[in-house]
Amino acid sequence: MTFAVGLNHFLLLGAFLFVCGAVCMATKRNAIGILMGVELVLNAATINFVAYAHYNPIFQVEGQVFALFVIVLAAAEAAIALAIVLNFYNNHTTVDVDTAEELKG
Amino acid sequence: MDTLNDILFYVLMATTCICALAVVLTQNIVRAAAWLLFALAGVSGLFFLLGAEFVGSTQLLVYVGGTLVLVVFGVMLTAQGPFVNMRIGAAEWAIALAVGLVLYGVLSTSLIISNPPQSDVNRHVDATMPDSSVLGSSLLGQGQASPTGFLTGMPPAMRRERKPMAYLLPFEIVSVHLLVVLIGAAYLARAKRRRAV
Repeated sequence: MTFAVGLNHFLLLGAFLFVCGAVCMATKRNAIGILMGVELVLNAATINFVAYAHYNPIFQVEGQVFALFVIVLAAAEAAIALAIVLNFYNNHTTVDVDTAEELKG
Repeated sequence: MDTLNDILFYVLMATTCICALAVVLTQNIVRAAAWLLFALAGVSGLFFLLGAEFVGSTQLLVYVGGTLVLVVFGVMLTAQGPFVNMRIGAAEWAIALAVGLVLYGVLSTSLIISNPPQSDVNRHVDATMPDSSVLGSSLLGQGQASPTGFLTGMPPAMRRERKPMAYLLPFEIVSVHLLVVLIGAAYLARAKRRRAV
C-alpha cells in the first residue's frame, strides 16, 4: 500500500463510514438518530460503488448507476422511516425506541 | 493522480471522517443532523473528485437538499420534553466502541490483505465522451457507449468479454418505486381523522 491515493484509500474511508453508521445505529435511542446511522451506512456503500467505477474501467457505468440507485432508495427509505416515526410519536408521544415494546413476548 | 488531487482527497476525507464521528458521539439530535449535513457534503465532494459529477450533484440535491431537510423536519415535529433523558450508560458506550473498533479492524485488515486490483493506469475509456454522458446514454437504454473489457478475478478459461449493458428498465423501476414509496409515506403520515360515530 502506497501513499498515493488509490482504490484502497476510498475503500478504507467507506469502511470507516460504515462502522460509524453501525455504531450510531447501536448507540442512539432516538429513532431519528438511528435513521442517521442508516444514512451513513448507505453513503459508505455509495463511496465503494463510485470508487470502483473510477478505478476499474469496465465498471465505469455500473458503479455510477448503482450509486444513483442507492441514493434514490435511501431517499425512499428516509421518507417511509420518518412517516413511521411520526406515527410512533403520535401514539407514544416519544421517539425513544426503548418504549416500543408492545411486541415483546 | 497528481498532488493537488491527493491533497483534496485528504482534506475531504478528514472532513467526512470527523463529521461522521461527531454524528456518532454527539448527544444532541439537532447537532447530529448538522454534522450529518457536513459529512454528506464531504462525500459528494469525494464523488466530484472521482470524476462522477452526476452522482455528486445528485448526492447534493437528493441527500443534502431533500433527505436531510426531511430529517430536520422529523426532529422538529417530534420535539422532546425538557426532562426526557435518552442517554445510554457508559458500559453500553464501551461495548459499542469496542465492537466498532473490532469491526473496523476486521474490515481494514481484510481489505489490505485481499488487495483489490487497481487499473487506473490503463483506463481505456473513450476520451471523447465525459463520464456523465456515458452514464446518461446508458440510462436512456443505449449501452454502446459503455466501456467493454474482460472481467478480472476469474480463471483464464472462463474469461469472456463483458457485453455493454443498458439500464433503462432498472431506471424506470426505481422511479416508479420512488413514486409508490412517497405515496405510501404520505398515506402513513397523514393526520388521523376522528371517525364520526
